[in-house]
Amino acid sequence: MKRILIGPFNRVEGDLEVSLDVEGGQVVEARVNSPLFRGFEQILVGRAPEDALAVVPRICGICSVAQSAAAAGALAAAAGLEPVPNGRLAQHLSQATENLADHLTHFYLFFMPDFARASYVDRNWYPSVAGRFTALKGSANPAALVARANFFKLIGFLAGRWPHTLAIQPGGSTKAMTAAERIRILAVLRDFRAFLESTLIGDRLENFVALDSEEALRAWSTGRAGDFSSFLAAAYDLRLEKTGRASDHFMSYGAYDLFAAGLWQPNVTVNGLNEAKITEDSRHAWMRDSSPLPPAIGQTIVDAEKSGAYTWCKAPRYAGQVIETGALARQVVAGHPLLRDMVLRHGASVTARVTARIIELASVLPAMERWVREIVLGEAFCLPTILPEEAQGVGLVEAARGSLGHWLSIKRGRIERYQIIAPTTWNFSPRDSEGQPGPLEQALVGLPAGEGALPTVQHVVRSFDPCMVCTVH
Amino acid sequence: MRVLWLQSGGCGGCTQSLLCAEPRPLFDELRDAGIEFVWHPALSQESGDEALQVLTDCADGKVAFDVLCVEGAMLRGPNGSGKFHLMAGSGRPLTEWVERLAAHAKWVFAIGSCTAYGGFSASTPGNPLEACGLQYDTDEMGGLLGKAFVSGGGLPVVNIAGCPTHPGWVVDTLEKLALEGLQASDLDEYGRPLLYADQLVHHGCPRNEYYEFKASAIKHSDLGCLMENLGCKGTQAHADCNVRTWNGSGSCLRGGFACIACTEPGFEAPGHPFQETPKVAGIPIGLPTDMPKAWFVALAALSKSATPKRVRDNAVVDHPVIRPSVKKAGK
Repeated sequence: MKRILIGPFNRVEGDLEVSLDVEGGQVVEARVNSPLFRGFEQILVGRAPEDALAVVPRICGICSVAQSAAAAGALAAAAGLEPVPNGRLAQHLSQATENLADHLTHFYLFFMPDFARASYVDRNWYPSVAGRFTALKGSANPAALVARANFFKLIGFLAGRWPHTLAIQPGGSTKAMTAAERIRILAVLRDFRAFLESTLIGDRLENFVALDSEEALRAWSTGRAGDFSSFLAAAYDLRLEKTGRASDHFMSYGAYDLFAAGLWQPNVTVNGLNEAKITEDSRHAWMRDSSPLPPAIGQTIVDAEKSGAYTWCKAPRYAGQVIETGALARQVVAGHPLLRDMVLRHGASVTARVTARIIELASVLPAMERWVREIVLGEAFCLPTILPEEAQGVGLVEAARGSLGHWLSIKRGRIERYQIIAPTTWNFSPRDSEGQPGPLEQALVGLPAGEGALPTVQHVVRSFDPCMVCTVH
Repeated sequence: MRVLWLQSGGCGGCTQSLLCAEPRPLFDELRDAGIEFVWHPALSQESGDEALQVLTDCADGKVAFDVLCVEGAMLRGPNGSGKFHLMAGSGRPLTEWVERLAAHAKWVFAIGSCTAYGGFSASTPGNPLEACGLQYDTDEMGGLLGKAFVSGGGLPVVNIAGCPTHPGWVVDTLEKLALEGLQASDLDEYGRPLLYADQLVHHGCPRNEYYEFKASAIKHSDLGCLMENLGCKGTQAHADCNVRTWNGSGSCLRGGFACIACTEPGFEAPGHPFQETPKVAGIPIGLPTDMPKAWFVALAALSKSATPKRVRDNAVVDHPVIRPSVKKAGK
């Protein structure tokens, strides 16, 4: 048996190292190391509760608004407050902009360049895919970057800037949209729709979202122009619809009043989410050992010399189970027929995870067009927050990469405890006390690796769209 | 001009921000200005061993490059080991890579406030991460590379501070370097490029009329000036955010929230809640730096008494309730 270390694992957000035990050209065991520690939970302790709104966006430069929204949710819960309707819509719009832009960044800049590797030079799709998606140089990049930058202008209008806005507040948003801005925001959305329909998807968004089975997807994509169909052609050739299965237990906290919260696994109906069943296990992290703790009483105490530890990431579990989170989880929990069909046939896979992101691009943008119209000009965007001296609050949101939770405890008017579980903490978690490997660790087993192997490991790792800086907050 | 990029104790937001560069797509703009990435952790093709080879060749002086851009604080802990960030695949502290590479770089850029001064990463109580900037510990020179560090091109670390940095600050500084070079006289006292740090966030603030009359917001989403009550430091923070604007037409003030002076060393620990203005006897501390306090107080009292009703009323609501009056010619 041979151990292979892959790192720096680039084109992910932050630093990542993957260790593979390989026998006969196949991975028999994988260990995922998040090699950077950041300590944000400690930064928050002792500060004024509302300071979380300035601090937590800086956990992550790619899901900054999701972090804001989780903190605003935890503070709102602590204050017993609901955002006003306009404020909620403004929050949804900023959060959705970030989520969709992240999906775009992932597809064009992080994920697709792996198909431009020389290993694929003999495939019939290679010349066009390499020309289009080679990192930094591919012909797809300029239009994708412009579409992304223009789309973020929505946040310029509604939340000042991206990343790291303070606009999202427990009671709503600091920025009231004006009548002129509504017109210009609708134009921003039309611009983004035009890019998605002409360049990425090659069809009306509504037609694409209506696909309801893998068979329908295959028929739809055959001979279709568009970057997503180019991916599908390569992915079917490489059988990526059968590659990268993890635990097939999916969780979503629910998003935008659009996608339901819950848990789903093949052939089991959706179960409701009980936040109290979430625990974090630090057995294989460089953290002081304890029995698995719920985050509301969780702790983050560094033990850099601990034997048996191999990452700065804790292992979150739901009722002791290994959980996958992300766009695919969100869509199977919400019941999208295409993605449920894909998972029922083959389990989670590279193809299903990528398809779920494109489905979200196509289904959330029309919702954004609706939300902009639903804002009632002249009505309030924000309520004042009055926090008690002692309180607890939980903020659960869906970031692009999946379920993000903040657990806040306030004592004598200050933050006493702040625990965060980020999406990639679930997906890239290490083994737990029971020895159960995390989702990526499971997904890598059985893949080809070593000298001359195809870069399948690269596809599977990036299919989760990891965000390592969040993981190791 | 060849740029090598590394990331460490930060959020990656400066790269994400950089990708929002306008009006041209970032990669085209840099290429046409003669700037290329030798390697960038978020953007380059090479992964794993291929990437390590590029970095090793640069660190050994076998492959030449011009600018070392570092994004994120330098984590020296625990106990000086650098173990809080061993660069993946290499088993060596990222701080060691930075030191080796900085020795071969013609110029070293700190991308963002974490890299420049330590930022939020150095703000954990007691700083157990032993985090610092490349050449600063907050506002004191030192940091990882030390006070005396000068890169091959003859400059100390160039601090493109901001949390995050504006894409234009990074692109403009790289392009200025490629076009006509960078001199010590192009940087301010904290090593920030004057092309954005010779201004204040206050300049071009759309709330300036409210500021003039001290018509202040009292709650979030109010249109008035955010300085008196809601923690705004735009009159003290060095940056051109309201002239250049972010993501099209945005800025913190345009988004309705306070400037927290994210380009300044130490912004992460202001000693008061971010969204509240600390006051002594009802007067905000932290007034504009280059104005005598007594004058400010006198002028504020005068302008408050002269505030038009329109400005006073609009300051405390989220959309204007009184329009500027319209006068017809000759009346």
